[in-house]
Amino acid sequence: MAKIESAFFDLSYLDALARRNTCIHRLDPRIKVIATAVFVICVVSFHKYAISAMLPFALVLVLVMGLAEVPASYVARKLLIVSPFAVMVGIFNPLLDHQPLMQLGPIVISGGWISFFSILLRFSLTVSAVLLLIASTGFNAVCMAMVKLGMPRIFAVQLLMLYRYIFVLVDEGIRIHQARALRSFQKRGLSMKTFSHLVGQLLLRTLDRAQRIHLAMLCRGFDGTIRIQRVFTITKGDLFFLANCCTVLFLLRYFDLPLYIGRLLTRLLS
Amino acid sequence: MHMADALLSPAVGGTMWVATAGTIAHCAKKVQRDLDDRKIPLMGVLGAFIFAAQMINFTIPATGSSGHLGGGMILAILLGPYAAFLTIASVLTVQALFFADGGLLALGCNIFNLGIFPCFISYPLIYKPIAGRRPSPTKIAIGATLGAVVALQLGALGVVVETVTSGISSLPLKPFLSVMLPIHLAIGLVEGLVTTAVVSFVWKARPEILELTAAAKPLGALNLRNVLAGLMVAAVVTGGALSWFASSSPDGLEWSMFKVTGSEELDAPEEGVHHTLATLQEKTAFLPDYGFKQSSPTESIENSEPETSSWPMIDSGTSTSGLVGGILTLMMAAALGLLFKRRAHTV
Repeated sequence: MAKIESAFFDLSYLDALARRNTCIHRLDPRIKVIATAVFVICVVSFHKYAISAMLPFALVLVLVMGLAEVPASYVARKLLIVSPFAVMVGIFNPLLDHQPLMQLGPIVISGGWISFFSILLRFSLTVSAVLLLIASTGFNAVCMAMVKLGMPRIFAVQLLMLYRYIFVLVDEGIRIHQARALRSFQKRGLSMKTFSHLVGQLLLRTLDRAQRIHLAMLCRGFDGTIRIQRVFTITKGDLFFLANCCTVLFLLRYFDLPLYIGRLLTRLLS
Repeated sequence: MHMADALLSPAVGGTMWVATAGTIAHCAKKVQRDLDDRKIPLMGVLGAFIFAAQMINFTIPATGSSGHLGGGMILAILLGPYAAFLTIASVLTVQALFFADGGLLALGCNIFNLGIFPCFISYPLIYKPIAGRRPSPTKIAIGATLGAVVALQLGALGVVVETVTSGISSLPLKPFLSVMLPIHLAIGLVEGLVTTAVVSFVWKARPEILELTAAAKPLGALNLRNVLAGLMVAAVVTGGALSWFASSSPDGLEWSMFKVTGSEELDAPEEGVHHTLATLQEKTAFLPDYGFKQSSPTESIENSEPETSSWPMIDSGTSTSGLVGGILTLMMAAALGLLFKRRAHTV
């Protein structure tokens, strides 16, 4: 329960971050959505054993994170919370893939470990990129941008409605849960029978609420079509950012920068 | 269980995105053509309901661990396949964006795994024939449980197939399946029981709701976080211990196979889909076979320290440069981060 409450605190925290005003926040949402997608595709298209070649992407991410004033500690905490699945599946790589790929003095590192760390790195990069998008844009703007990019309007309305009512229903859920917790003293677990009654009750209230919302919408002239009124303009600066961003990302994708730097350095030193 | 970007190849992720986007567009059309405009607020609020219901954990009988509702099945039963699919998709999108569950590219896979199966397989083929017309507690129980189990099995199958065809994880198909399917059988059963309980509660309290939406479908997913966390710790410990032994001496068979075939493709099992995709991936990769191609045995003896020459397939040159460059990049990133942090403090 505490976990979920904090998760929803996170929701409003992300919203608060999105209301800031930095050069990243001011970019057109469409530009940011496209840039994020390019970033994610670049990262996942690396081959299985890539590690160092992916690191410059972290550099890009840190740069944007700094410009958008998103606290790194927050992103890091989020990464930890959601890492289990990637770690669980990835951890089998060291078990199954014993091909030695790298040698550090006397220690030989197998391909499995390298690909495991590669998975962790991919995971951190892709997840942080998405968090950055939301933290610098806000959910509503992302939805609008997706509509402009071709997402069905009704799906956008669904997303916006869902987002609007999460807060309301989570509050209601918390109240129900608290009421039950206060009356059950030391009995900590919630049995499935009680659970289904609680959730069933919540569901009934939800259905009633939906009906009230529908009536309210009808009173305000809802005729079945949804009108989204928000004008976006893509400025020259936006296009400039997108072009630069894509160029940098593609260059980083095709040239293994750390390898070149490393080669240069080791050659200089030896 | 949510698929993650980190385990996907662009080809698999892209394919699933296209499939999912197509289904969303199709469902959007269907829902829009549906004259019932009550569904628009209903879908939104029910999506939020799923969030609220997921935060209440219950105790799973006989195990002591706790789980929460997946909710796909309930949505299908209450909304019908098209509207439920859109609702599930919206829930997963919010989860991907705000809770970083999955990721942008994996969103296609997740919506497919958790949405398509309950809405377009379990609901129309299982729940509706059993309990659609004239629901009774038994019919609801059988339909909802069976539907949830089938949807979750198919969903787990989807996760496995997507992971294996992506080839980022080295897990082979069969063992992975033999772990995922039983786990999801248990999850599906619990999800089915909970769905049954909630739906029968609603049916007893307000039977007209189910009759109204008699054109509905089921779906489900349960999260056994504690069990999974325990499994993960066990996996990391055994993985670490076992692989240490395994990697410090390449076994004879592998070694001789390399000698005999002279194959440079040792990074992927040479069979079926996996191999085809691996070659495909190789074509798109800039440095295929990291540190492998340049290192013929003679070269590595010439170029590297004595210790490395014993295993010619290790190109210590590339390894070292990669490592040095990588550390440098990381240091640059850290420095940049610190710089921003200091600036934030002074401003």
